[in-house]
Amino acid sequence: MSFSNSIELLQFHWMAYTLYSLMIISVIAWFAYNLTRKEKANSIVRIPFYGYMAFLVAGGVGHHIFTYNTVPWVAEDITRHDITADQTFHISVKRHVYTMPDEKIIINCGEKIMFDVVSEDLTYGFGLFRKDHSMVTQMQVNPGSKNDLLWTFNHNGVFDLMSTEYSGPRGNAMFIADAVEVRGCDEKVAILDGGVK
Amino acid sequence: MSFFSDLIHGADNQFDHTGLTALQKVTLRAVVVSFLFYGLAAIEGMIMRTASVVPSIPPVHADPSHYFSIMTVHPIVGIFGSTYQLVFAAFMFLVPYLTKKPLFSIKLANAVWILITVGTATAWIAAFVWQYAPLYTLYWPLPADTEQFKIVGGIVFIIGVALIMIGTLGFIYNIYATIFARVGIHKNMTTKELLISGFGIDGMLNLFHKLTGRPPYTKEPALSLPVVAIFRGTVDTFLDALVILSAGILVLVFLVADASGLNWDVASVDALLYKNWFWWGLDLVADGLVLIYVAGSWYLLATIITGQKLFMENVARAALMLELLVSWMVWSHHLLADQGQPEMMKLVSGEMVTAFELLTQGLALFITLMTLWKARPLKMTNELKYLLGGLVGFGLAVPAGIIQADMAMNRVLHNTQWIIGAHVHIAILVGLTMTLYSVVYVLFPIITNNAKLWSQKLADTHFWLQLVGGIGMGAFMGMAGLDGMLRRHMYLEGEYNTYMILAGICGAMLLLAWVIFLFNIIMSVGLKGLIGIFMPASNDVASHGLAVEEEPEAVAVKA
Repeated sequence: MSFSNSIELLQFHWMAYTLYSLMIISVIAWFAYNLTRKEKANSIVRIPFYGYMAFLVAGGVGHHIFTYNTVPWVAEDITRHDITADQTFHISVKRHVYTMPDEKIIINCGEKIMFDVVSEDLTYGFGLFRKDHSMVTQMQVNPGSKNDLLWTFNHNGVFDLMSTEYSGPRGNAMFIADAVEVRGCDEKVAILDGGVK
Repeated sequence: MSFFSDLIHGADNQFDHTGLTALQKVTLRAVVVSFLFYGLAAIEGMIMRTASVVPSIPPVHADPSHYFSIMTVHPIVGIFGSTYQLVFAAFMFLVPYLTKKPLFSIKLANAVWILITVGTATAWIAAFVWQYAPLYTLYWPLPADTEQFKIVGGIVFIIGVALIMIGTLGFIYNIYATIFARVGIHKNMTTKELLISGFGIDGMLNLFHKLTGRPPYTKEPALSLPVVAIFRGTVDTFLDALVILSAGILVLVFLVADASGLNWDVASVDALLYKNWFWWGLDLVADGLVLIYVAGSWYLLATIITGQKLFMENVARAALMLELLVSWMVWSHHLLADQGQPEMMKLVSGEMVTAFELLTQGLALFITLMTLWKARPLKMTNELKYLLGGLVGFGLAVPAGIIQADMAMNRVLHNTQWIIGAHVHIAILVGLTMTLYSVVYVLFPIITNNAKLWSQKLADTHFWLQLVGGIGMGAFMGMAGLDGMLRRHMYLEGEYNTYMILAGICGAMLLLAWVIFLFNIIMSVGLKGLIGIFMPASNDVASHGLAVEEEPEAVAVKA
């Protein structure tokens, strides 16, 4: 199992969290109902205390192990300093304006791309969004420190750039349409792989 | 009794403010102001919800300056003006009540609610009049950005926040001075014994003795478990106040320098280092004192509701200590999207230690449910149903936060509506607020000398509106977040209208819930009683339920 983009991951997450929410609401509702009854309640399932504790530990730690092994950008992010990017794009931000590379950012499918963003004044965000407004990826852009995001695009698309961090009311207008274009992905293969067009 | 008689004199004329002690009055004053601020926060929230669909509504007028100034004060009013105020009031009543000792100082307790009220109002004015809007995160150097914000607005805002923090320090002093006062049942105890109990070391030693087959270290711990939770949570409250004050001083110094014509370079303060420092302190609220105070409140409520001892009390004492240590080491989960943050800190502090909150909060939920379960059958009282609502809230909100405290998920959820909806608002409006309503219903007859609740039907309606509205609003905001909606952005094109309309309907339920609750309480105590609460108390007793009161200062002089 592997997630090739944020849409797949978030759809999975939506399902898993909804199921969990229904479960926890049902459990407390079951308790509430039986707390007031005189008759002995029949347990649906008996979980020993240490089993419950083990479940919590497994849930907390296992969640990270699961995403590390199924979401490609985690390992790539941690080891990005040892990876040679196929292309690097230098972007700077000052007074709520992004200064993009002279040429349009066009990316070949599957290449490792480094976005190196420098803030010259405030804390900003760097976020890429699909045309349906869903998020592709993002990072914070702090002044005075390195803001480098290594990303591999597995699907074609034209993405807008928005600041994902508040930088004062003027920051609300920080938007560049069609800032990044990804080409060359075989979407049929991507769909067979579990990708979303 | 007629409607107007109840409105003026309270339900069946049962509330007599002249019979209240100084401790009861000071508690009620803070509670009243707290619920007024809650209403203000709810109205602000509804303005923002509506502006997410119709940006042109007044007072926003599609202007980000107005929108973000509301967003800046919304948490100040909601967290400090309302929640801090209510929690401090409850604890300054409960600590004397549970330790059977007088509160250290009624004057200080009055100063606390006045300082927090004036401070909150001052910060609100700064945003309302001058549109000072750096948001509560105060990311450096934004709060000192005088190109976007007026200097006077910044100075007034920081003064407001500083007053809140000074009030907070007053609360802390009052609580610790009361806990450590060697009077009453603690007359013959040493400070060391009280400290050991306060930090839960006696609970750990009891567990250790049990494992090694020895008799318990102590059969009767010096401090009851809810007092231990208050003691422990207040450590985080203190550290948080220091951090916020230090950040405020930094901002103030730069603003004053700017006003004096000095052109100081804001880059001399490292933005990422500041972010670490600020989040370390701010996270002590979200992941420290709130969780510890809430766990303590659950334990107290469970024992009061059932009239029985807490299930696994020693484990609960030890877990509160673990929670305190965990709360000091989890702040990096706020910095998972900051590429300059060391990877090891993201992994250890941001992911692994943060995951422990699932364990500590899960344990608190388990202990509370088991205590209730062992005492069944129970009557479904107001306090019990609100307690169960609080358990649902944290049962939903804590995992929602843990999910995002992950390097994979954070990359696509950071700063989206997921975190503020599914995690923060469900934690506050359902988990925390419903727990606090449970405390309110427990304390209401004690603090008001058995005033009668005007309408149980209204109390039931309030409960369901708060529960469904709170979960619904958080859920729809969370869904918008999964679809990419940012939490700190003003959308002008109706990009997320469906989710925002649904969230707005649920938000309206919350606002209505507050109106119903307030109306029910006003009808219970009457307008005369409400005003009387703010009149000086004729009975200056600073404790509750004690025949003879001995002031701590007097004992100190004798000693």
